[in-house]
Amino acid sequence: MNVITGPVKQAGALFAMTLDILVALPKRPFQTKEFIQQCWFIASVTIVPTALVSIPFGAVIALQLGTLTRQLGAQSFTGAASVLAVVREASPIVTALLVAGAGGSAICADLGSRKIRDEIDAMEVLGISPIQRLVVPRVLACMLVAVLLNGLVSVVGVAGGYFFNVIIQGGTPGAYLASFTALAQLADLWTSEIKALLFGAVAAIVASYKGLTAGGGPKGVGDAVNQAVVITFMLLFVINFVVSAIYFQIVPQKV
Amino acid sequence: MGVAIEVTGLTKSFGSQKIWNDVTLTLPAGEISVMLGPSGTGKSVFLKTLVGLLKPDAGSIVINGDDLVTLKEHDLYEVRKLFGVLFQDGALFGSMNLYDNVAFPLREHTKKSESEVRRIVLEKMDLVGLSGAEDKLPGEISGGMRKRAGLARALVLDPEILLIDEPDSGLDPVRTSYINQLFIDLNAQIDATFLIVTHDINSTRTVPDNIGLLYHKHLAMFGPREMLLSSEEPVVRQFLNAQTIGPIGMSEEKDADELAAESGQELPPLPPIPLQLGTSDGRPRRAAKPAGEWCRAHGVTPPPGSFLSGNAGVPGVSQSVEVSTALGAAT
Repeated sequence: MNVITGPVKQAGALFAMTLDILVALPKRPFQTKEFIQQCWFIASVTIVPTALVSIPFGAVIALQLGTLTRQLGAQSFTGAASVLAVVREASPIVTALLVAGAGGSAICADLGSRKIRDEIDAMEVLGISPIQRLVVPRVLACMLVAVLLNGLVSVVGVAGGYFFNVIIQGGTPGAYLASFTALAQLADLWTSEIKALLFGAVAAIVASYKGLTAGGGPKGVGDAVNQAVVITFMLLFVINFVVSAIYFQIVPQKV
Repeated sequence: MGVAIEVTGLTKSFGSQKIWNDVTLTLPAGEISVMLGPSGTGKSVFLKTLVGLLKPDAGSIVINGDDLVTLKEHDLYEVRKLFGVLFQDGALFGSMNLYDNVAFPLREHTKKSESEVRRIVLEKMDLVGLSGAEDKLPGEISGGMRKRAGLARALVLDPEILLIDEPDSGLDPVRTSYINQLFIDLNAQIDATFLIVTHDINSTRTVPDNIGLLYHKHLAMFGPREMLLSSEEPVVRQFLNAQTIGPIGMSEEKDADELAAESGQELPPLPPIPLQLGTSDGRPRRAAKPAGEWCRAHGVTPPPGSFLSGNAGVPGVSQSVEVSTALGAAT
């Protein structure tokens, strides 16, 4: 029985907290200072690893596509396919991994350690809702940073692909650049950003939930961080699939 | 003037593990009460339930006519403004220095000017003996200082009810005496209702007006200090006098064999009841009652030597009645 009720209860509590966050979202005063601090903090822990991950990610896509297009005799489409792959799938996924792995884990550890030091309880007793005060600014910050990171990953990924295809594999720069818009369209970028926005929100909500329900001393915080990252990854890949599926249903594809 | 807290039939369990069952008591307005109990009997859980941080499985907690258990989230935040709570480790916000920590409730809930905030904060910091430490971060100071800073923060909104979780753990005996004195003086000053959770017997014997004892998943006894200190009830007697003979064992409860082995042993006589701690400036406290009043009113003969000195019957101090009597009479 516990095997079934346990996860269902967790999912229910997570959903309940999401609603609490939505309710607290329009409440004033908005914690501007906390929001800016969190934006800066999340950005500072994610920017460098994101850039470093997206270079080889772009390169590996270029490598796969370069070989494939040569076999098919469609070298002129290398750039087009590479942009499509990076913008549509690779960059939201890389963003998701880093927002969850670096940003989410930091949020979870921060809130978890506050929880076990009774800081969260103290805040509630002082008549201040930790959701409004701590969680809302973190969720918004995480969403903003995810959207911006997604842009960064797209640029760095495409640049990495270009470098690999043109310099290493000896492709033609003109063909690579000219085919950029052959398959990809603006809607791809929008979808990509919407995905990033959702990923940021989910990563922050799961991390906050796990952090605020941490218990059992320092070990409990470690467990919470671990679970937060794992749960976020699972949710993000599901959301990624669902959003992609919806995208193909509602946005007409080029040619 | 403080507010009374009426607790009726409170029951709490975590999963299948029952914490306590059917706790009924009234914390009288403006009086100091102490909640005692062996380690792990859910004293801190009780405290957190009183502020509405944990929901009990059954029962009610009535403050000013509002039942905390059924109150809506928003109203709960309002009622909580009556409370000042000192958590075990002070629960200071790690990212703020002590000054900002103490100023936090004022800045959140009042429209006071920054100079007024400063005046109040410095006054409270001085009260708990932390003047000059305003710029320190909670991570840089000792546990005792954190606790005192937490107390300053709890006091800053002039609460009607003060809940204090183990004020003496991690404090040296001198600081413990000072903090006990502080509670008495504060009570005389602001007339708030105090609930102190502790297992320091010295403090328990001299500070409170009322004592409660949580034991074996229920409230063993709650009542005036003199009632518990003169009680022959085995659990109360064993705990308040820190003895190994009695129903409380190393792990919660003793089994039948252990109890049978003890049955022949004679219990040491009840130690004398000490005088209650007075205010430091001799000002009378509204809730204080004359020594021995309860005993006389209920026809209980207090143990010999009672009400003669402030530290009679404190384990480890002086167990010789004659000496303390002589000292008490001489001074």
